[in-house]
Parts: sequence; structure tokens; C-alpha cells
Amino acid sequence: MAEKILLKGNEAIAHAAIHCGCDGYFGYPITPQSEVMETLMAQKPWETTGMVVLQAESEIASINMLYGGAGTGKRVMTSSSSPGISLMSEGISYLAGAELPCLVVDVQRGGPGLGTIQPSQSDYFQATKGGGHGDYKIIILAPAYGQEMYDFVELGFELAFKYRMPAMILADGVIGQMMEKVEIKEQKPRWTKEEILKISPWAATGKTADRKRNIITSLDLDPISQEQHNIHLQEKYRQVEENEVRYTEYRSEDAEHLIVAFGCMARIAETAIDRAREQGIKVGLIRPITLFPFPKKPIEKLLPQLKSMMSIELNAGQMVEDLKVIANGKVPVHFFGRMGGVVASPDEIYEAIINKLK
Amino acid sequence: MDIKDIIKEENKVYGKTPVLTDNVMHYCPGCSHGVVHKLIAEVIEEMGIQDKTIGVSPVGCAVLAYNYLDIDWEEAAHGRAPALATAIKRLNPDKYVFTYQGDGDLASIGCGEIMHACNRGENIVVIFINNAIYGMTGGQMAPTTLLGMVTATTPYGRNAELNGYPLRLTELLAQLDGTCYVTRQSVQNPASVRKAKKAIQKAFENSMKKKGTSFVEIVGTCNSGWKMNPVKANQWMEENMFAKYPLGDIKDI
Amino acid sequence: MKEEIIIAGFGGQGVLSMGKILAYSGIMQDQEVAWMPSYGPEMRGGTANVTVILSDNKISSPILNAFDTVITLNQQSLDKFESKVKPGGLLIYDPNGITHKPTRTDITICSIDAAEECAKIGNPKGYNMVVLGAFLKMKPIVKMDNVLKGLKKSLPARHHNLIPLNEQAINVGMDKVKVEFEVK
Repeated sequence: MAEKILLKGNEAIAHAAIHCGCDGYFGYPITPQSEVMETLMAQKPWETTGMVVLQAESEIASINMLYGGAGTGKRVMTSSSSPGISLMSEGISYLAGAELPCLVVDVQRGGPGLGTIQPSQSDYFQATKGGGHGDYKIIILAPAYGQEMYDFVELGFELAFKYRMPAMILADGVIGQMMEKVEIKEQKPRWTKEEILKISPWAATGKTADRKRNIITSLDLDPISQEQHNIHLQEKYRQVEENEVRYTEYRSEDAEHLIVAFGCMARIAETAIDRAREQGIKVGLIRPITLFPFPKKPIEKLLPQLKSMMSIELNAGQMVEDLKVIANGKVPVHFFGRMGGVVASPDEIYEAIINKLK
Repeated sequence: MDIKDIIKEENKVYGKTPVLTDNVMHYCPGCSHGVVHKLIAEVIEEMGIQDKTIGVSPVGCAVLAYNYLDIDWEEAAHGRAPALATAIKRLNPDKYVFTYQGDGDLASIGCGEIMHACNRGENIVVIFINNAIYGMTGGQMAPTTLLGMVTATTPYGRNAELNGYPLRLTELLAQLDGTCYVTRQSVQNPASVRKAKKAIQKAFENSMKKKGTSFVEIVGTCNSGWKMNPVKANQWMEENMFAKYPLGDIKDI
Repeated sequence: MKEEIIIAGFGGQGVLSMGKILAYSGIMQDQEVAWMPSYGPEMRGGTANVTVILSDNKISSPILNAFDTVITLNQQSLDKFESKVKPGGLLIYDPNGITHKPTRTDITICSIDAAEECAKIGNPKGYNMVVLGAFLKMKPIVKMDNVLKGLKKSLPARHHNLIPLNEQAINVGMDKVKVEFEVK
């Protein structure tokens, strides 16, 4: 039987990285996610799997180290929190442009600016709409449990390599700091040189006589060919939307009112939903696991039975905009949120349901 | 005598290394980049490491360096080449990894990355082209621009009070425990080209010896940015640049 | 079974590690657990608190408005969390330095003078285990052998020799907890 241990979400990320055969982690300390690198350093994976762990001089260096490592076909990752992700956003744009697979973990805290170190979901726009410049998307996984923090590391790498694009685990201070029971998987080996050549023939692995040189770049000075590149990227994003939507439902079969919440807020909303159900209010939940691709179709499918929708987020109302597009005027879309690092409680959400949905 | 009688292997006195591609370089006539590219290509050929070398190109005039050397490349964001090279080398320790950076890229926006890569003693090669100006963006002031030098953003000459002083980053990097070889060279005449090539070769050889970072500055010209013909630019460099940026090895351990 | 607990006190009183041992004990008996700390600069010497949930079923919200059990180890925490005990629930407090005692009459109130008790047995580091013992006496939600297994899991191997001392402290807490008010 697989071992179950008590881990913080951040620690689960670190263990998962080692266990799934990640080649390199490059990061810079920032609360509330520093346990990721601390755990890796304590585990010393360079002595076991050969994984490289490096404390970089900045988030800017970290993300560019990912670019360098990903360019050679290796599975590389970093983790940070909101202000650090802002610094990395330029690099993420380059990674997206150069079609490099990698994994970025954002354990969100409240902003703007230096903000607070308490939990937040205020980087939804930054993550899902492209925090850096240019038309690009990255795959966003939103864990709500410690187990998902663990599992999404391997899933993130899998999707990143499948589509040759960055993937992000968009967590928050609650999920990062909370300890839960996590089932640990067997150690997988890192990819061999031969596997890398097979999986990523595009990578800069040293030009051999049997092939042309590989160039990792996001630069194309010819606008016509740059446009072709953009068309190719957009086509890839459509495929991701078609194939990779992930979500869970809770008491939604007969729901007349639908709550949409992700990460820790989905769990807190479940408790409020149970209470509202006791009062006879038919309310259910869709929890998007992928924020890009967003679970449009499952929500659209429920639309005919709905009287209203409500987005619950730890921000000023970001995902609610996506819900309004899906609702397209057919049902009212409400919003409830707390900001600045305040985590909404089940009671508050219950009150919001009573006030707005009834 | 027919031309075919002349073009024979036994008459060959010079050949282009196959590590240089046949692409026509976009550099201005008289620019130092082309010569340095050729030297790196020759070193790679002579060391037989074409399949083991990964280059990291910068933002600046050499952004398209990957068009000219027939090796695998990664094109970095502005100034970040040493961060890329750090990860490439650590994840692929059997590879020769070098960055090729100009003065704006390395000494201005990338000052942090080069400092820390050198301080960690990454086993990489850094080729630093210092021509005291931003070439690609149209001749603006660089950190290495000399006092009094006229550029697009110092139209009345660089003024210390307004713009600070020319940055001798190479001397700073030599202070770091992580660097093993720090040298300043030039390529304006055959003798200096030969010396520069030796320096580049030594730097590449170091990268498998786990000695730390090898840093080769090449003081070069930008005759377009300097608004001089190539001959005059070389002369101006010898008279002005070398006084502030003296040639020779600064550190070799 | 579902038990929702908050433990609150000063940083350094072992609040977080007590919660961790409790959570690990839950895992040892195959329960779902959540351990949610307050985090931030206040952890470095100020007040600290941790929510621990043990449940037979999947745990929804780790953020709670009210608790089955509140354990407070200083006045500030008592003032802050007394009102958060669910009606009919349990409040355990350390009476050391308490000037304003708890006043509710719809909950069970117990005290444990943990500092004095652990001093008596010459194990001042056993403070939080004495408190844990007091809790387990009142609510035996985890079995003692699972607590010992939990201790073994949460302590680094070099500290495993301290497990008997911890067990002793837990027993002292069980023995010395005082019921001050019992709700019917």
C-alpha cells in the first residue's frame, strides 16, 4: 500500500517533484511558499535522483533558468508567490513564445504591491489571461487539497510536455500552508538522454551530424511568419480547451443556483452549500480544476436548469467575468469575495447565498 | 593556367570552418562581432565539440548569433543569458555552455545575472563584447560608454554627473571567488585576433575542469554607432577605449 | 465522527506541533485530517493558532466559524476564542496568568495547569503534551497507541528516545485536567 503522510501543500509539491522525476528546481524564497525549496534542500535529491536544486538570485533569474533548462528538454520547475510571479511574467511570456514546457507554482498571497502574506486568489487574471506580454495562454491547475498539490506536479509536467507550453499550479496560502494526508507515489526515474531525444527532438541537446541545429527562441522579426507562429499557438490553445478541461461537481444535479469556486474557496463553499441545502435552497457547486482551459461546457450544460450563478473568489471579482460570458445574459451572475488576504468563512458564504441567490 | 589548377587542396591557405554557417551576417562592415563569431566557431571545430556545445545568445546586435554558428542555441531574454547558461550547464554537465553578450545586455540590464553566475562559479564561458554603445537600438549610451562620448542619449557627451561613470565590470568580476579566468582582449589586427582566439580556447577548456567561470571581454568597435569608418574606429578604440579598458589577463587560476 | 479543534497560544508553546501530533494520530487510525495554521510574522514569538480537523469523511472547509473544542493557552487566545466554541462544546484553558476567566454556561469548561504539571515531572518541554493529555481525557477521539504512532511519525528519528517522556506528560495531563463547569 502506498504510504500516506502528513504534509503541508508546499511540502507535497517538493516531494512530488522528486518522486515524478523532475530534473531541476530553481527558485527564490517568498512567503507563503518557501517550504517548497526548504523541503527540496532538506531532501537532497541530487544525491538520489540527480535532480538539480538551486536557490537563484531572484525570481527573474529563476524563470530564465527554467527557460534554459526547458530548452534542453529537461523537466524543470519553480515556485513563488504573487509578487514573485509578477517578476517572472516576462519570462513566462518568453517560455510560451518559445513553446517550452515547464512547471510554475504560484502560492498566491494578497496584493497589490507587497500586499500581505495571507491567502488570496487575486492573480486569477494574471494567470489565466496571460500575465506577461503577447497573446499567450498557459495551462492553469487549481488544487484544493494537499493531495492535488502532490498529484498536479506530475500532471502539470505531463500537460506541459504534451502541448509544449508552460503549466502553472495556481494555489493559495491556505492550500500551501495547510497540512493534510497525502498519498505518496513510487519514485519514478528521471528521463534518460535517449528518452529526452525521443520526447523532445526540438531541444538544444548538442547538434549532431544527423540533424540541423536546434534553436530555442521566441524571436521572429518577419511579421508574416510571426503571425503564423501566433496562429499555431492559438490552434494549440484551442486543442487544450477541447481536450484538457478538468473540474468537479458537488450537489449540482438538481441545482437551481450554481456556485463556481476554485481552490480553497470551493471547499469552504461546500460547507456553506450543505447549510443552504438544509434550508431547502437547491444550490450546487462546480469547481474548475483547470482555470485555463475553463470548464465552459459543463457550466453551459447546467444553464437551462439554473436560476442564477454566483462566483466566490478571494479577490474583487475576476473569474466572475468568465461566468458572465458563459451566462450570456440568460441568468444573473452574482459575486461574493473577500480581498487582501482575508479568507471568507462558510458563514459569510452562506449569508451571501441567502442574500443573493434566494 | 585554369582557375581549377589553383583551387586545389594542396594550395589551400585558409578555409572557413564548417561550424560557421553560410548565412550572410547582418553585422555592419567593420563590426567586431563577425571576427569573434569566427573565432568561437574555429575553437569549437578544433576542439571537436560541435555536438557538445550549447550557445546562449543575447538581446542586442548578436541576437541573431544563432544564424551564424552551426550549433544548438538558446535565445535569452535581455540580460538573462547567464541564468539560462547556469541551468543548461547544471542540467547537462557534459556540455560546453557559453553565453555571448554585449555591454548593454551583460553590464546593464543583466548585471545581476552575470554577477551571480560568476559568483556561483558556474562552469560556463562568457564572451562579453564591449563596444561602449547600444548598437541594435540605434547607438544609445551603454554602461561602458566613455566620458565625453557622444551617443543618441548623450548627445552632448557622457557626463559623469548626469550619467555616472564607465563601468569596468570585468575588473569587478575578477574579484569574485567564482571566476577562474578573466581576461580582456581585442580583435582589431592579426596579432590581437590570435591572442583573443587563445583566450577563447582556454575559456572553453576550463569549462570541463570544474574551476569556475571563464570570462572573456572583447573590446570591440561599433563604427556605425560611433559614426566612424572601420579604420578610424579601430584607431579611436586603440587611443581611447584601451586607456579605460586595458587589455590582458586580469585573473588566471 | 468529525472533531473540529482550534489550539491557540503563544509561539513557542508547542501549539503547532501539538496539532501536528493530533493530526498524525488521526492518520494512524485512517481518518481524514486537516491542520491549518495561522502563519506569518506573528509566528516568530507572538500568538499562534492552529485548526485541526479529524473526520471519517472528506473534509470540506478548513476555515471554520465555530469549533467543537477550543484550547487556549493565554489570555488573549481565551478572549478571542471563547465565543467560538459551538454550544455544547468544550473549552480547555491554561489558568496560568488568566485574570478574566471564561464565563459561558452553554459549554463544558476545563482547565489544565500544564506549566506547573510538566515542571513537577521535570519535563518543561512536555508542556504541550500535558495539554494534549487533558484534551484526550475529555475527548478520547484517538487511541493512545495511535498517538504514540503519531508522535513517532512527526518527530525526527533522533528524538524518538523522547517518546516515553511525552507519553508520561500526556498521562499527567489526563490525570490532572479539572472540569470547572459541565454542560448538561
